[in-house]
Amino acid sequence: MLTIDRLSLQLPLYVSWWKREWATCLNECSLKFSAGEVHAVVGASGAGKSLLAYAVMGLLPTPARLSGQIGYKGEPLNASRQRKLRGRELALIPQSLNALDPLARTKRQVAWAAQRAGHSSRHARHAAQRALDHYQLDARAQQAYSHELSGGMARRVLAAMAHVSQAQLVIADEPTVGLDPLHRQRVLDALRGLADQGKTVILITHDLRHALPIADRVTIMRNGQQVETAPARAFQDSGASLTNTYSQALWLALPDNGFSSHAVSHAPQTEQEATVA
Amino acid sequence: MRLILRIARRLGRLTLVLLCVGLVSFGLMMVSPVDPVDAYLGPKMAQVSPEQRALIAERWGFDAPPAVQFGHWLRQLVSGDLGWSHVYNQPVSEVIGQRFQRSIMLLGSAWLLAALLGFSLGVVAGAKEGSTLDNIISTYAYITASTPAFWLAILAVLLFSVTLGWTPTCCAGPTGTLSQDVTLATRLHHLILPIATLALLGIANVTLHTRARMLELMRSEVATHAFAQGASRIDVAWRHGLRHASLPAMTLAFASLGELFGGSILIEQVFAYPGLGQATVAAGLRSDVPLLLGIALFTALFVSVGNMIADSLYGVIDPRIQAGGL
Repeated sequence: MLTIDRLSLQLPLYVSWWKREWATCLNECSLKFSAGEVHAVVGASGAGKSLLAYAVMGLLPTPARLSGQIGYKGEPLNASRQRKLRGRELALIPQSLNALDPLARTKRQVAWAAQRAGHSSRHARHAAQRALDHYQLDARAQQAYSHELSGGMARRVLAAMAHVSQAQLVIADEPTVGLDPLHRQRVLDALRGLADQGKTVILITHDLRHALPIADRVTIMRNGQQVETAPARAFQDSGASLTNTYSQALWLALPDNGFSSHAVSHAPQTEQEATVA
Repeated sequence: MRLILRIARRLGRLTLVLLCVGLVSFGLMMVSPVDPVDAYLGPKMAQVSPEQRALIAERWGFDAPPAVQFGHWLRQLVSGDLGWSHVYNQPVSEVIGQRFQRSIMLLGSAWLLAALLGFSLGVVAGAKEGSTLDNIISTYAYITASTPAFWLAILAVLLFSVTLGWTPTCCAGPTGTLSQDVTLATRLHHLILPIATLALLGIANVTLHTRARMLELMRSEVATHAFAQGASRIDVAWRHGLRHASLPAMTLAFASLGELFGGSILIEQVFAYPGLGQATVAAGLRSDVPLLLGIALFTALFVSVGNMIADSLYGVIDPRIQAGGL
């Protein structure tokens, strides 16, 4: 469905106002996402997870050096194709709640998303209503402005906006941050449901533990490098089938696995990051 | 009940502002070097004996100490009388009424034109950042924003009235015609140039502020999210931009009412347009205290009401702002 081949990304970094350096944010990442799968991309902050999503959507800031190939349904996904497919085939659930317009009511924004996906304006309102009902946002939340919503509600609105587009590829960027267990499960189940309908779901998260039950495959990222891609079932017991020590350490550092960090005691930096994750 | 309280507080504050404006204006007139009796007499000054002058001063109440004069004016004001203008030999309220009618045509049209045109240009420029259109609009806005009003007015008169002869050089109607005989078309013909000059300057400010807000929005996460949904730049500007940019545009439009009055004083002087601005200059130069105080109060009231309207409208556009107005 979506293939990423040796994707590298460099962004400018101004050391002083005349001197520009290029910081490597993604380094030769090669990933394959298949239809009907939830593919979790896991890593600590700054690992390049969100940039990967923006690169696929074609929403990177303008002075960016991108190399490598992105292919969607067998054809290269270039800028003009990205523009055509955004909102219709490709959908993004953004990480920040500031992505909601503070000056427009919830339902109206979801309807706009539906219109942008190609619905007629009347049909868009119905679609918005259905999507919001699906995420159990009541009439009051639908008429509310974003500052009147709780964090969890706002996240569900963002999910509904991606849902309404009927996109084949859904990239969810940290969709469960700040949600209580019940709502987190609801959002994750909804993503699993999309994959079961035959769609491709990329779940970007730092929360390996909660991603595992719904994910088919997991890619671990660190400092712009792809550390390892493994089936979700490899993350069990002592993680012996994981080939990389960082992935193993990440897995063993989870509370259920005893917060253990002995596997990487020789690398103090890794230990610290594993605890963050 | 809370609404009544809020209105009462607003009115109380407004009264205080007006009182201060009156006091400061009166104080400035008291220290002004122009003697009202001299100004009234004009060239006949030499023929009037000191005794007669004292008589005029006594008749007008100028012999009393300033505090008593101000108290007298204030007492009159409370009973609804703004006093008598010795420059126009008419009650002050009548002078302001007549003049304001003419000025509001000039001010109102210029204001509306500046707000609407400025806002549209700002939205277009901001949405198409870096395009040729944006460059043209920005350059225009920066140039006119740094141009003095009266200078532009003089240039306009020189070009359109003197050289090309398209528009009349002065006044609100042809000289020698009674104001009630002037047709609407002639009136408008006389208004075109002053309105255009005044609006041209107002546009720049609104445009620059609207554009800045638009740029901010187009780079915000709201816009990125909209782009991720497949929205075009025009879509984002239309659905999100208009709402976000209307806040600074509105603030500026209502706040600029005062500036507009200031600008109209200069513009009316250059175009010899008999409006409130010209009356202000006449009252100042000839020390017509009641008229000047009346105009100052009226202008302050006008601007305050404008700001109050803006305050009340904020809440309508941005739900995060609690409506503090009426």
